[in-house]
Amino acid sequence: MLFDAFSQAVALIVSGDPELFEILWLSIQVSTSALAISVILALPIGTVLAISEFPGKRLCVTVLNSLMGLPPVVVGLLVYLMLSRSGPLGVLGLLYTPTAMVIAQVVLITPIIAALAYQVMDDLHREYRELFQSLGIDSIRAIPTYLWDARYSLVTSILAGFGRAISEVGAVIIVGGNIDHLTRVMTTAIALETSKGELAIALALGIILLMLALLVNAGVTTVRSIALKKAYV
Amino acid sequence: MLVSQPFEALRSKKPMSDSVIQTHQNAGEVLALDGVSLTVNGKTLLHDISVHSEAQGTTLIMGANGAGKSLLMKCLHGLLTPTSGSIKLLNRPSHETRHQQAMVFQKPVLLRRTVMGNLTFAAPKTTPPEVLHEMLERVNLSGKDQQPARVLSGGEQQRLALARALLTRPKILFLDEPTASLDPASVLIIERLIQEATADGVKSIFISHDIGQAKRLADDVIFLHQGRVTEHTSAATFFTQPLTSQAQAYLAGDVVL
Repeated sequence: MLFDAFSQAVALIVSGDPELFEILWLSIQVSTSALAISVILALPIGTVLAISEFPGKRLCVTVLNSLMGLPPVVVGLLVYLMLSRSGPLGVLGLLYTPTAMVIAQVVLITPIIAALAYQVMDDLHREYRELFQSLGIDSIRAIPTYLWDARYSLVTSILAGFGRAISEVGAVIIVGGNIDHLTRVMTTAIALETSKGELAIALALGIILLMLALLVNAGVTTVRSIALKKAYV
Repeated sequence: MLVSQPFEALRSKKPMSDSVIQTHQNAGEVLALDGVSLTVNGKTLLHDISVHSEAQGTTLIMGANGAGKSLLMKCLHGLLTPTSGSIKLLNRPSHETRHQQAMVFQKPVLLRRTVMGNLTFAAPKTTPPEVLHEMLERVNLSGKDQQPARVLSGGEQQRLALARALLTRPKILFLDEPTASLDPASVLIIERLIQEATADGVKSIFISHDIGQAKRLADDVIFLHQGRVTEHTSAATFFTQPLTSQAQAYLAGDVVL
């Protein structure tokens, strides 16, 4: 049975099954959109937190690190409450749309990227602080330099965020609803097809998801080895 | 070749008269510290330091480990703010001369970019490329301009850090043990650059434990012991007739307590 399911799954992938690739395409669209928004939010948060001194900074760092472990279903529930008809953003009518799924993923991965970026920037700031002081470069002018010099480590953090977003199921199933041809992404489809006993399509999606995870990890390894070669980490 | 210059060439400095070092405030002072103290976490690390000097050339800060040399240098350069007292450089408050100062750290801090990228980061925007290449030649790094800076050897990294500092055209150059654990060729190049800079009118303030190097470079010496300046004299006097028992012990290579 497993072998049959596996060979059918491979056949679905090889034949370019339109339904399969529609789900894949939506997954990539949702996750890359969420990633783009998260990067715009998270990098400044991580950087500013690392290079500035203010009362309560340690508490902020602790909270940020804690948010890395946000349970996806809780995020899904909170976003659901915000977007549901009776919620504060209900008027926008976003519930059960890809946009709602993007929002949920943004909430989920922004703290992850921000916390990883903070670690990278904090280390860099400790190393560069006195040099920048010596050269008379203030924090605002230093930010582009920090971002550029931490580029390899930041790409790794961003890829980690993408990996988390694309493989997430709990939040997107709550706010997206797993509607066919509208909000069905790889993870939610796998959950549904498995429950229906349609193992071939579930396995096909699983194989693609694994390949994506492999690709992301290969990217991380490549970026890291380039950076190590140049002593840029 | 820069490295081929013999050490003897570096020893031709004229001994400086003690009269150049002033003990009272003077209109032409390069360095003026009055009652500088630094307390960190309730512990006083620098005690009421007052030093006045109109000496050009190289001032050497010497003392045993933990005497407060690097802390004093960081206070002078504005990286640390003294708890009390005032610091004037070039007759103006230290912070007003920030753009006229540069510092080379014991462990070179290089940006994660190429050798040339490190130079262009610090050099004034209008610096012509030929000046940057000429500087690389002076520090024996020509041909390495596109290499990642952090894969250079320790000596090369420190020479690059010095080149970067000199490109900012400082009037005061702070050097915190820049040649510690470097090979003789790198030491020679760095000493030569410092001498060239001082000949061009740059005031160098240098920390070193190398007594031979101190004799080659120093015009005057500030000796620190447990956060206090116990001696400030011309180099000739310091190395021949140190006044305090701590300086005598330090120069003799004894443990200074």
